[in-house]
Amino acid sequence: MYAQMVKSTGKGVMSRADMSPEDAAFQDRIDAGEKIEPKDWMPEGYRKTLIRQIGQHAHSEIVGQLPEGNWITRAPTLERKAILLAKVQDEAGHGLYLYGAAETLGISRDEMTRMLLDGRMKYSSIFNYPTLTWADMGAVGWLVDGAAIMNQVPLQRTSFGPYSRAMIRICKEESFHQRQGFDIMMKMAKGTPQQKAMAQDALNRFWFPSLMMFGPSDKDSVHSAQSMAWRIKMNTNDELRQKFVDQTVPQADYLGLRVPDENLKWNADKGGYDFSEPDWEEFFEVLKGNGPCNVDRLAARNAAWDNGAWVRDGLMAHAEKKRARKTAAE
Amino acid sequence: MSQDQALAEFLLRMGDNTLILGHRTSEWCGHGPALEEDIALANTALDLIGQTQMWLGLAAEVQGQGKTADDLAFLRDAWEFRNLLLVEMPNGDFGQTLMRQFLFDAWHVLQLRALTSSSDARVAAIAAKAVKEATYHLDRSAETVIGLGDGTEESHARMQAALYYLYPYVGEMFLSDAVDAALVEAGIAPDPASLRAEFDATLARVLGEATLTLPAARRARGGGRDGKMHTEHLGHLLTTMQWMQRAYPGATW
Repeated sequence: MYAQMVKSTGKGVMSRADMSPEDAAFQDRIDAGEKIEPKDWMPEGYRKTLIRQIGQHAHSEIVGQLPEGNWITRAPTLERKAILLAKVQDEAGHGLYLYGAAETLGISRDEMTRMLLDGRMKYSSIFNYPTLTWADMGAVGWLVDGAAIMNQVPLQRTSFGPYSRAMIRICKEESFHQRQGFDIMMKMAKGTPQQKAMAQDALNRFWFPSLMMFGPSDKDSVHSAQSMAWRIKMNTNDELRQKFVDQTVPQADYLGLRVPDENLKWNADKGGYDFSEPDWEEFFEVLKGNGPCNVDRLAARNAAWDNGAWVRDGLMAHAEKKRARKTAAE
Repeated sequence: MSQDQALAEFLLRMGDNTLILGHRTSEWCGHGPALEEDIALANTALDLIGQTQMWLGLAAEVQGQGKTADDLAFLRDAWEFRNLLLVEMPNGDFGQTLMRQFLFDAWHVLQLRALTSSSDARVAAIAAKAVKEATYHLDRSAETVIGLGDGTEESHARMQAALYYLYPYVGEMFLSDAVDAALVEAGIAPDPASLRAEFDATLARVLGEATLTLPAARRARGGGRDGKMHTEHLGHLLTTMQWMQRAYPGATW
């Protein structure tokens, strides 16, 4: 999941007694599993929460290009280079679908971009961690995309039509991304001692940040409760984190890699693993801008935007001239 | 020079062009001026790397020394590269990148189109696939050169500067040597000089619409396609691109 700590109305789930007739009719449609479309009536809180969530998700796709783009020019074979390029290109495409979905709610892509660039909107904490070796390309695909899929698969059934449809397209590509990540890890884990060491090091560095992707426990969060009632959040953070750990630990075993958690243990009673919580203080520091790469990531996005201004202006000016010439000719 | 040696040399020229330009284009990933441009640049890079796999794969086969396309891409030194100097020139700003792309595409389409009727069926098959991609690249780069040339004062000035900087590297596309002579003789590839008139016509049309002025002819810079003297830029590119294969010899990825 690329959206964390998304604020909703902050008031908890609205009770039936407090609902206006429109609110009640809206909630009935959600409860009946109907899709809400952009032109339908919707509570202001629903609209705002969705903009925050979809926007954060879109920004994550865009900033997420950077840690992987970091290795495109150093990819070790032509095939790996092509696969990584295709993957990062897919992510930019996901950003496009998601910005498009958010725009149906009455906010422009440029406005959202400005909010990303000046820090008013967030992107996932995970992209503030560095990619230091080629094995990180494996770990990002396997763990980061793996964690993202956990949340995105249920979101295909989310109540907002454009978001649900974007998610259906995205999920098809994400599962390919995860497989290519695992494939890189497999090659490394079964390769030379140096490759194996790189693979273990990547898992060591990405394990806890991946668990943080789901966000802190939200079983008592008023924001999450309202989002779940509106079906724009489908599961609690703890449910998804547990599911991710249960899926990933056997894969690490298969690779012959050790998950860096002394407390990791199968718990037969609950039918899942017990595991350590990530360092939530670190998580909040990363969200505040104090992660290892926050400053560099935002600087790179700002530079791309600023250096591209003359290009965007030039192309706009040309389109304008063309239109004027066409009008003059008519 | 045997015909196979000439053919292998020619295949390196084709594959090194797409490899080096694909690499340069891929340097943009995540840093483009708009999301659509970022995607288009990545897409172009992806096509070029795909073409590289085919050209260098065939080059390795013709060489018959048991090498792979990856060996050729990642384990040759700068003087063994056979790409045009144009494609190793740095990205500069987005305008310089797109001008470089346009100049290359305008030649590439003509070259590939001619190669679709190569007497070597393997060459013709690769060209038939690549020419579709290159035609699309040319449409897009020409459109962007026109848009930015005929855009604002600033975008016009930047495109004119890019054209001035890159134009001396255009002439190399049309130089020929013994390798070309052998290929023309065997009906494998066209005489480079034969592509010049149509290339110039494309340039005149696009630059005209872009309101850009063709710089006065200066001495053409050569030395890339015969490997005699690359620019200083190539070594840095290879240092990045080849680092993994050089640092971990024999590993599979």
